[in-house]
Amino acid sequence: MAATVAKNKNPRVIVVGGGLAGLMTTVRIAEQGVPVDLFSFVPVKRSHSVCAQGGINGAINTKGEGDSPAVHFDDTVYGGDFLANQPPVKYITDKAPAIIYLLDRMGVMFNRTGEGLLDFRRFGGTQFHRTAFAGATTGQQLLYALDEQTRRAESEGNVKKYEFWDFLGIVKDDDGVCKGIVAQDLRSMEIRSFPADAVVIATGGPGVIFGKSTNSVLNTGTAAAEVYQQGAKYANGEFIQVHPTAIPGIDKLRLMSESARGEGGRVWVPKEPGDKRRGEFIPEDQRWYFLEEKYPAYGNLVPRDIATREIFDVCVNEKMGVFGQNQVYLDLTHLDKKLIDIKLGGILEIYEKFVGEDPRTSPMRIFPAVHYSMGGIWVDFAKSDDGSLEEGNPRNHQTSIPGLYAAGECDYQFHGANRLGANALLSCLATGYLIGPGVASYARNQSKAAHELPSNLFETAQSREQSYYNKLSKSTGTENSYKLHQELGELMTANVTVVRDNKKLAETDAKLQEYIERVEHVSIQDNSSWTNQLVPFTRHLRNMLQLARVITLGALARNESRGAHYKPEFPDRNDPEWLKTTIAQYTPEGPQLSYEEVDTSLIKPRLRNYAVQKEDTIAVADKKPTGTNGHVPEPTPATAGVR
Amino acid sequence: MADETLLFKIKRQKDETSAPYWEDFSIPYQPNLNIIAALMEIRKDPKLTSGEPSTAPAWEMNCLENVCGSCTMVINGKVQQACTTLVDKLTKPITIAPMTKFPVVKDLIVNRSRMFSNLLKVRAWIPIDGTYDLGAGPRLSEAERQKNYQFSQCMTCGCCLEVCPQVNEHSNFIGASSIGQVRLFNHHPTGAMNKDERLEALAGDDGVTSCGNAQNCVKACPKEIPLTEAIAEMNRDVTVYKLKKFFGG
Repeated sequence: MAATVAKNKNPRVIVVGGGLAGLMTTVRIAEQGVPVDLFSFVPVKRSHSVCAQGGINGAINTKGEGDSPAVHFDDTVYGGDFLANQPPVKYITDKAPAIIYLLDRMGVMFNRTGEGLLDFRRFGGTQFHRTAFAGATTGQQLLYALDEQTRRAESEGNVKKYEFWDFLGIVKDDDGVCKGIVAQDLRSMEIRSFPADAVVIATGGPGVIFGKSTNSVLNTGTAAAEVYQQGAKYANGEFIQVHPTAIPGIDKLRLMSESARGEGGRVWVPKEPGDKRRGEFIPEDQRWYFLEEKYPAYGNLVPRDIATREIFDVCVNEKMGVFGQNQVYLDLTHLDKKLIDIKLGGILEIYEKFVGEDPRTSPMRIFPAVHYSMGGIWVDFAKSDDGSLEEGNPRNHQTSIPGLYAAGECDYQFHGANRLGANALLSCLATGYLIGPGVASYARNQSKAAHELPSNLFETAQSREQSYYNKLSKSTGTENSYKLHQELGELMTANVTVVRDNKKLAETDAKLQEYIERVEHVSIQDNSSWTNQLVPFTRHLRNMLQLARVITLGALARNESRGAHYKPEFPDRNDPEWLKTTIAQYTPEGPQLSYEEVDTSLIKPRLRNYAVQKEDTIAVADKKPTGTNGHVPEPTPATAGVR
Repeated sequence: MADETLLFKIKRQKDETSAPYWEDFSIPYQPNLNIIAALMEIRKDPKLTSGEPSTAPAWEMNCLENVCGSCTMVINGKVQQACTTLVDKLTKPITIAPMTKFPVVKDLIVNRSRMFSNLLKVRAWIPIDGTYDLGAGPRLSEAERQKNYQFSQCMTCGCCLEVCPQVNEHSNFIGASSIGQVRLFNHHPTGAMNKDERLEALAGDDGVTSCGNAQNCVKACPKEIPLTEAIAEMNRDVTVYKLKKFFGG
């Protein structure tokens, strides 16, 4: 019976996560007149998006270089080693100029040109000035603009914030459709269920699985892991970006933005291994600018996966690290000091505060660190006639669970096997922009409002989570959750980051299964019922272990090298066998892997080679059929060894 | 001194209503610790210096690089971000306490929701027409952009309120951070169109005129925002606004 859909007169949507993706989604849904309940682990203004430094890409072409969204599209797909579905990439790169203008209208203090226009700088994986920026705190500035717009929506009664709440799981009806969430107040520890006609997960990445990373402490991936265990597909988990330039620390590896190189920063090591002189005292001819030498076309601005592998190779294999340690110089000392204060002030301040040296006069010492997950919750897309996306279509960014959406770093779209710098802020904002109207219309078209559904649906979900929590908070044993987390981080960082080896990956998975057993024996020394931090962390740790298996087993299965995923045993990209998306589905025994075709309908896959101009790779691709197992002839000898 | 230990005296409180108490924790010395790394070390084995078992102190943190504003604490008597406070630079033993101008939730966690309510009160946003594509934003000189950017870095961390003598149990003074935000939005070409609304919000008894000119805020601000400049300027603007309103202008 083709029943006409009864319009839902009182739609209500839940957004989980208050970073860039979550807030843009919230503002866009609220603007449609659909009220939003916004859940966040921290006050939304303190979300991890504040850590993004360098900028946001958009081909506005204010420097007369001939940049265009089409080139941005190609750079992004090529940079991602062709693993991204192309229609969504086309959508965000086309939309990028409008997104930047919108954020400018919201009051973001983007740096300006002499004429008062938006200024743009260079970033990795492109040869154009395409990155709009606000000093070196662009993420913070963009987040604040959306925090302000969200507060405005709050003042108009369209948004209700639940800050200091932890997401515990979704509520599904008998047909498996998402109808709300269960969440916990982190002050009173009260567990409650909340009905919603659609739920958007915008909870960021899972970097904390690797222990120390450039991520904030809340980036445990717990919400993504929860919905994965509730049946949502997880895609391309093995693609983890390791950022080439971070400062090592005891509590965190602090990012030194790619914009440092975008503004002219140079990466080098002394030619003499173990040279005891400080960087500023080593003469020019005794320095090895290895990125510039090996990649003449892009130099220091090769994509992150390549820069990271080269730095890793120089330090770990060649033992050429500064002072014999795993570190290389990132040098800004030749740049105009006043100018870098204006354009890079935020990161200079971080380096000064945490290292105690002035990067204007001493080259910074840096090393790669886990930074971003290209993989994430699988989401759908609705292709438009021109090969982009259909705006307003509720299929966009819907997960494999109807009514559940994912947006931002926690989804897998756009970046393929390697994300280009300054595309993350764009993807978070463009996704929120895209899905607001689609999610609102999905909610409006539900035949019955979620809050009118039988209450036992919500009570059952709530009591399931309550009993899980009660059991966990009574756990006794000898394990300390924080120590076990440290072990997890060390294991994952050693085996599932820059260089991957099948034997070690298999051993890592065996260890992870041991940890899954061990986490059952944590000692909950503190079972206080007010603002308990240990029990929620332990819960997150359990979830991290599940995602860690997805990442590790996805990497074990993928016998090729592509983007951030590099296996010396299989050094080449292998399109005939592996140009496909990894899909992980939860089973109690472990993730079950399957594969899905990648939509490459717009740009024909070709091999990457950043030693030469991109046009030359297109010429090569036209001569040679793509998808062979072979190498592109290397024009310089230096790219051998490390891909 | 490989066997040196670091002693931390931490002020604790079980919940919003119970009485505070102090506990001593010790960890082995290592170079380059910040307060967060030290607290993380403590929670891996939360025993008192005496050897008695305890629980890990509760605290707020997130970015660990001085951009999120979460981890504000009073360390050795000075309010600051715990992440940027380096142990090697502090006199020992180190005392860690929650901020005093906000209600304690638990241990080192305080309730700063008042600061966010104040942002709502002063209407700290640009009232854009909508999110649809309306083209480029207003032009702005780079010099003005640089000035505004100083104010747009405010993390709502609470340091300026903590050190302000006017913020106390007898006064609802809105504090320097919100005044800085009014300055920011009133200087934006679009925001300036509604500047009177924000000045009105600062014109009351708890507004800008309650500033006692102690100038502690500007010294305590971890982002070095020129808060006293904003206060002086908003004070003048509120006076002009009130006069205008009085004369019906």
